[in-house]
Amino acid sequence: MTPNRLLPDLAAHAEATAHTLAPACGSCMAVTLADRPDATVVRHADTVAKAHPPDSVPADLVPRLTAAARLPGLLLPPLTPAPADLHGRLVSYWPYGRPVDPADPDAAPWEDAAALLAGLHRAPAPAGLPAMRGPVKAARAVKRLRSATAAPRAAATAVLRAWDTVPAWARAEAPQPVPGALCHGDFHLGQLVRHPAPDGPWLLIDVDDLGTGVPAWDLGRPAAWYACGLLPPDEWSRFLAAYRAAGGTAVPAAGDPWPALDVPARALTVQTAARAITKAQEEGRPLDEAEQCLVDACDRMVPVPPELAQGSPK
Amino acid sequence: MQCPKCHAPMHTYNRNGVQIEQCSGCRGIFLDYGELEALTRLESQWTQPAPPPPAAPQSYPAAAPQAPAWGAPHGGHGAQYGHRRHKSFGHMLFSS
Repeated sequence: MTPNRLLPDLAAHAEATAHTLAPACGSCMAVTLADRPDATVVRHADTVAKAHPPDSVPADLVPRLTAAARLPGLLLPPLTPAPADLHGRLVSYWPYGRPVDPADPDAAPWEDAAALLAGLHRAPAPAGLPAMRGPVKAARAVKRLRSATAAPRAAATAVLRAWDTVPAWARAEAPQPVPGALCHGDFHLGQLVRHPAPDGPWLLIDVDDLGTGVPAWDLGRPAAWYACGLLPPDEWSRFLAAYRAAGGTAVPAAGDPWPALDVPARALTVQTAARAITKAQEEGRPLDEAEQCLVDACDRMVPVPPELAQGSPK
Repeated sequence: MQCPKCHAPMHTYNRNGVQIEQCSGCRGIFLDYGELEALTRLESQWTQPAPPPPAAPQSYPAAAPQAPAWGAPHGGHGAQYGHRRHKSFGHMLFSS
């Protein structure tokens, strides 16, 4: 593999695809949208090329791309149904959509996001779709924390202890409870775009973790942010109410949603805290206030009551 | 303060002028010295033949959405939503 060639060659492929769609390319240049170990994303005009994670395999990615192509109005459809190979990485092509402005999180479209997730959870899961990968990602963040020996001990201990309160399925040590629903698997505000840009309807992007599983996982991040005191109650209420109004199945239509949310919110609080600690350690800095809120929440976690240990929403 | 039974945070409420602490986890109630007597006194007033016109009901704090027992103290002086403006929370909203 030649990772140093991945970015320029991905840009060249994005350009070629863009020019096939629109030979008279207005702004003829490539923009790198992301370049991380697990994903490289390049935009050229209205085309976006994504190199999927190195461990991504066609047997899993193809049904995920197919699902996106078949759920218009919920997921951004890919330009091509099958991934290409580039330097050993699977590459897919997408139309450009306008993301939420990270500088203006107050403009977060909570209601639209909730309705999209509710629609996804109610949609029949296409045959052959693998499991939603949320728990695998959480377990990976914890594994990285365990190996980060120089991480601050008190914080790491609190996070690892909280991880012990999470049931096996949410630690990717057992299958998720059945019957599962179609889940996004990695929902956060970076997973929304307006297509056609700039003012089309909101759609979900990123199929890498899409699959069948516990739908409350997709509500887990906002739930965790709220529980940790980071997301204001009114924004959490708007999100939850819109999800229920759209007929979402992850939580009961009324009453306390936490029996269903508790496990995913714990797991995602642990995941986010673990990432924060390893990142702060790599950057040689202490945890900031928001990151400390996550660790403090981990510190308050006690074992899940046995009646919730299955984590299966009714 | 923390619940002596389940260690979840306890929230303070004012019930007819009596400060009581209720656990956000197990909903147990903690009464300081004299508070039980104060509540009993209020109860006996209530059962008298001609009770005084009820004062405007001292309601619980504006209903915050439900939260897990391990959550941060919500409402009152415990609110920490200033972190919303915090750069790292802004980043968290957009990352895996």
